[in-house]
Amino acid sequence: MTETPVLEVNGVGVALSGRTILHDVTFEIAAGEFVGLIGSNGAGKTTLLRVILGLQPTTAGTVRFGGVRPGRGAGVIGYVPQKVALDPDLPLRARDVVALGLDGQKLGIPLPSARRRALVDELLSSVGASDFADARVGQLSGGQQQRVLIAHALISQPRLLLLDEPLANLDIRSEQEIVELLARVGRERGVAVLLSAHDLNPLLPVMDRIVYLADGRAAAGTTDEIVQSSVLTGLYGRRVDVLRIDGRVLVVAGPNDAHGHDE
Amino acid sequence: MSVFFASGLVQLALLVGTLVAAVAALVGVFTVLRRQSFAGHALADLGAVGGSAAFLLGIPQLVGFVGAGILAAGVMEVVGIKRVQGRDVATGIVFGLGLGLTALFLYLDTQHAGTSNAAISVLFGSLFAIDAGVVPLVAALSVVVCLIVVVFYRWFLLESLSQDLAAVRHIPVRLTGILFLVALALAVELSALTIGAVLSTALLIAPAAAALRLTRRVGFAILIAIGIGVGSTWLGILISFESYGWLGGAHSWPVSFCIVIVAFAAYLLSGIAVPVRARRSRVAHVL
Repeated sequence: MTETPVLEVNGVGVALSGRTILHDVTFEIAAGEFVGLIGSNGAGKTTLLRVILGLQPTTAGTVRFGGVRPGRGAGVIGYVPQKVALDPDLPLRARDVVALGLDGQKLGIPLPSARRRALVDELLSSVGASDFADARVGQLSGGQQQRVLIAHALISQPRLLLLDEPLANLDIRSEQEIVELLARVGRERGVAVLLSAHDLNPLLPVMDRIVYLADGRAAAGTTDEIVQSSVLTGLYGRRVDVLRIDGRVLVVAGPNDAHGHDE
Repeated sequence: MSVFFASGLVQLALLVGTLVAAVAALVGVFTVLRRQSFAGHALADLGAVGGSAAFLLGIPQLVGFVGAGILAAGVMEVVGIKRVQGRDVATGIVFGLGLGLTALFLYLDTQHAGTSNAAISVLFGSLFAIDAGVVPLVAALSVVVCLIVVVFYRWFLLESLSQDLAAVRHIPVRLTGILFLVALALAVELSALTIGAVLSTALLIAPAAAALRLTRRVGFAILIAIGIGVGSTWLGILISFESYGWLGGAHSWPVSFCIVIVAFAAYLLSGIAVPVRARRSRVAHVL
């Protein structure tokens, strides 16, 4: 671990109108690592991703990319947001969306260029989207749209890829395909992946490390270190049981908790 | 036909009509993409406040339209920016106020300024009664709108895809919204000059909506929309010119009506073209 981490989140806190959303969140991501950001709805996953992206001001702590503060790291992060409302009538082909990832921030109308087209084709093929490259992006299935958005995020050659709930609203098969795709492109391109999800099971085969969020507080480490009754009980501040069945993990509120698990 | 093109009124109408239709269609494509056609309609109604007040102030009608339109875009931006969700509500509130003021000014126009045709001119346009002196202003404003769209083309596209994706690329999302509202206001007020405040969104939305049905590419959509918009305007002017005496009496059909009905027909036809195209691509897929 002599290499500088791709991402260092140090003591980050966020409060919105007096309410604490994140408290003292600290973790690191090394180059090429696959990290799951796990927590239930309202745990602060989206807020944490927005802090890393520089879209959400913090009340405490720092975020650094390869030792550099955000803002200067344009192109360092690729991002796939949670909800992209793609209208079926939107006159954008999958390849147009990917091309916007390359130079969408530039002024003027893009001129046709062989280099640009080749790069877009390469990205489309590496996410398995070549077959529907010329289809209207709004008419693609959820899994296909995810692939296009992943290509959009990767084309600027970031060192870190952030994905906000990319598995939400996908059927089980697409879910598995997207997870395998992310693990593969992460490996092939040396991109670190930070992916938020409310269920950690689909990620277990590929996840190097986990950042577990509960009530705005985080615990980071390997899955075995973090997903334990003692650690999660401390995080939630109430008894939590971890059940393991056939290599799958179930996190449930303890039996003496009268209020039940807050979903 | 030779009489048609020889008429100075027609030549002026064709020139102004072409510029305005092209600009409206260009902005219209992005308006449909950004789902802001309601804002376009509100800007038209608020522009009418300026257009109707222009007679009282003794300024050109277009200057009144544009002044009020830009002012309205500013108000909508300030009121709506508090909450993104509030944009629709803000637009709706200002909307009603505008129509009320227009009613008042049109009343005062006929009472004091002695311009009995003000209501028709402001609400339904005056393409055959355009003052040639306004052409340089029309041309200048058209250039401004085209420049905004060309320069910020990719910002508008990326932002209509997702505000977050735009923000991550350090695109100033709020500035992008303001720039688009300005372009929208100018396009709408230019159309208000030719086909009237009430109908101006027809030139904005119908050609763009038709074009978006016909192509998967934004660039093509813009070209097709401009073609439909300009074509509707020319055909509308021709129909209106030739319709003199069709219904008996010494009247032509209103030019605004003729333009709008052609644009609407183009939209309907594009709906027929889509299934044909889809069928063809399905066949191509099988082969």
